[in-house]
Amino acid sequence: MNTLLLVAAGGFLGAICRFTLGNFVQSKHRTAFPFGTFVTNLTGSFLLGILSAQNKVHPLVFFFFGTGFMGSYTTFSTFELESNELVRKNKILLCLIYLLSSAVLGVLFAYLGYRVGKVL
Amino acid sequence: MDILAVGIGGIFGALCRYGIGTLAHKLSVSIFPYGTLTVNLLGSFLLSFVAYGSLLRWNLPRHYLLAVNTGFVGSFTTFSTFSVETMNLILQEQYITALFYQIISLVAGFFLSWAGIRLAIGLFEKPEPAES
Repeated sequence: MNTLLLVAAGGFLGAICRFTLGNFVQSKHRTAFPFGTFVTNLTGSFLLGILSAQNKVHPLVFFFFGTGFMGSYTTFSTFELESNELVRKNKILLCLIYLLSSAVLGVLFAYLGYRVGKVL
Repeated sequence: MDILAVGIGGIFGALCRYGIGTLAHKLSVSIFPYGTLTVNLLGSFLLSFVAYGSLLRWNLPRHYLLAVNTGFVGSFTTFSTFSVETMNLILQEQYITALFYQIISLVAGFFLSWAGIRLAIGLFEKPEPAES
């Protein structure tokens, strides 16, 4: 029961942070590139990387920050919809750049977070 | 109000993702992250279908769309876990599995999102029957 409450609370806050930060970042740019989702997905990968390096982290902390917050703060479905919308606007190259840079940098940021988490 | 709609959707999205992840973990014996793959592919289809369905036909009130798509489906799917799981596969020297996981997620996710858009267009783009 505690677990479900923590996942729910993290999910509530994570979704709100993604929405707020994503809109803010996107409003600063006039390009078609989906910087809002890009920034939340990469920062979330970095932060979850830090958390994944912590062996002593309490499972309940992980349910709140990891499964709940980071899980909801980042999104895969919007990332794929945005890629499709770039194709529909004939921005094929931008779509490929978005897909590949998100995927590669996501793993890289997770690893950077993991290394940071190891020294913390 | 927008924020509350997104947050409430986020609660249920995170809980459903957690439920499917736990179930996948119990059913699976391999190291392949089936749980995340399942939620990410299902969500990619659903988000696109609902976004275009609302645009073309349902005309959902703003708060409903925010709760269902930005909140629920957005939180149901996850990118951070996808990245960290790939990193873990690489750290375990499962390079082919890591590459396969990335490619299948990106390609199938893109295709399912496309399918959601096409289905909504196919069902809803025709003009509605005349009223009179």
